[in-house]
Amino acid sequence: MANIVEITDLRKSYKDGFQALKGVNLGIEEGEILALLGPNGAGKTTLISTVCGITMPTSGTVTVGGHDILHDYRAARSMIGLVPQEINLEPFERVINTVRFSRGLFGKPSDDAAIEKVLRQLSLWDKKDNQIRELSGGMKRRVLIAKALAHDPRVLFLDEPTAGVDVELRKDMWQIVDKLKEDGVTIILTTHYIEEAEAIADRVGVIAHGELLLVEEKTKLMTRMGQKELEVQLTETLTEVPRNLQSDDLALSSDGHALIYTYDTNAERTGITKLLADVAAEGLVLRDVVTRQSSLEDIFVNLVKEDAT
Amino acid sequence: MNWTAVRSIYIFEMFRFFRTVAQSLLAPVISTSLYFVVFGAAIGSRIEQVEGVGYGAFIVPGLIMLTVITQSIANASFGIYFPKFIGTFFELLSAPISFLEIVMGYVGAAATKSLIIGFIILITAYFFVDFSIAHPLAMVAFLLLTTISFALFGFILGIWAGNFEQLQIVPLLIVTPLVFLGGSFYSISMLPPFWQAVSMFNPVVYLISGFRWAFFGTADVPILTSLLAIGLFTGVCLGIIWWIFRTGWRIRQ
Ligand SMILES: Nc1ncnc2c1ncn2[C@@H]1O[C@H](COP(=O)(O)OP(=O)(O)OP(=O)(O)O)[C@@H](O)[C@H]1O
Ligand SMILES: [Mg+2]
Repeated sequence: MANIVEITDLRKSYKDGFQALKGVNLGIEEGEILALLGPNGAGKTTLISTVCGITMPTSGTVTVGGHDILHDYRAARSMIGLVPQEINLEPFERVINTVRFSRGLFGKPSDDAAIEKVLRQLSLWDKKDNQIRELSGGMKRRVLIAKALAHDPRVLFLDEPTAGVDVELRKDMWQIVDKLKEDGVTIILTTHYIEEAEAIADRVGVIAHGELLLVEEKTKLMTRMGQKELEVQLTETLTEVPRNLQSDDLALSSDGHALIYTYDTNAERTGITKLLADVAAEGLVLRDVVTRQSSLEDIFVNLVKEDAT
Repeated sequence: MNWTAVRSIYIFEMFRFFRTVAQSLLAPVISTSLYFVVFGAAIGSRIEQVEGVGYGAFIVPGLIMLTVITQSIANASFGIYFPKFIGTFFELLSAPISFLEIVMGYVGAAATKSLIIGFIILITAYFFVDFSIAHPLAMVAFLLLTTISFALFGFILGIWAGNFEQLQIVPLLIVTPLVFLGGSFYSISMLPPFWQAVSMFNPVVYLISGFRWAFFGTADVPILTSLLAIGLFTGVCLGIIWWIFRTGWRIRQ
């Protein structure tokens, strides 16, 4: 399928000379959910702002739906909805008016049914006549989303949609995102929460120091980068790893009831067969065998650590 | 051209005005009334006539100009500075609109507001003094040109300003003196020759003179010169805005 967003060698240096993006290449497929992970100051917001027209690229090109964001900005921007990282709203304005305003700005004729649909979708309908300042923080964030959706965008950028949002609301947000995906909206979200990427993304991109370190399907990433742990639970309690079994990959669990073997799922030989044979030869009796996969979080921490060195 | 967007901005801004309509209108009405009491009644009673017009009536055009100019600048500069200040400006930048549409929306709304205020002052003035308007159409046209050109100026100011102090210092330090010294309350011909010559460098002189001509048929400078001056001012403002638009100065990083 053709990419709905195509970013080619995108660079951004701010006026003070700081290079926030160092040649980013990224294709975003229509209908997918892409999560961008990265530490503070990685360049996530800069990347999104550039695609959305808020900052000017220093070099490189971006197209949205085939339209260049500079030369054909009207067509490109018409397709985009943006939910910024900061909650920027006029405190004295009424919810429904700000959403109407956003729709109008994008050149869509006023349509009360469409506005109602968006507000209901975000559970804001009963707050529609409230002033923004009368809303809770989570509601304000939803107003931002409603504004971004008011013109039926094909691509939605969510810059840290769940920062400072409680667990309940975060789950709500994931549902909203899921629903949007069903409607065919392409979603790019940035987050610091790995579990968020794990929970909703189709693909994950990792950014650090203005560079896109990788973009990969979430499941592939987790298997490719994944280290697995095999926990061999025993009937007896050990005080140390038996001499014949000792190796760097094998450790004793803290309670002494299990041996923990770490292996790489990509390796030609995982060494599991040999391990189990050795365990049997040692005269140990197995109670159970459990495998565990490392989370995106571990992968992420490792990647960023590697990049820093 | 994204007219829907222009209309959205315009309506949104006008709503802000009507939400605070009492204070938006009350303040200029009260201050105008005070001017009439102080200048028109107290001082004016000791001044016979200026250029064949009673002093109370003579200051009406200047007073309207004074308010309309300050209001146009204040409305437009605040209108565009406010979204920058609270951070909603990103929406304007990410929308499929050109800078021209942003300008039309904000400047249009600011000019409309000060036009309304201008007419309210005109009506207020009728309660204090008797006067008739010699060239009503020219008067309206002058008022319209003034509101638009100074709203353009205010827009530039609002884009330039980095904080509220800067937003206020320019009108306070530059515009108010120019307007006061522009012949709001006197005829330039009443000044000594040297100051008359200096006054010719004050663009507001041409505005007030032209506006007064629309009221009473007499002016300090020829009406065409006045038109030329305001046209020039509008042109300069448009040029600066075009340049801002081209370079993204203070707008896009
Ligand atoms: N206007 C600016 N002028 C100069 N430098 C800037 C500007 N905006 C951002 N930067 C710098 O660019 C880098 C990337 O910032 P950006 O906001 O894109 O990071 P981020 O990945 O979104 O971080 P966070 O997770 O904290 O939101 C940072 O070092 C930041 O200081
Ligand atoms: Mg950010």
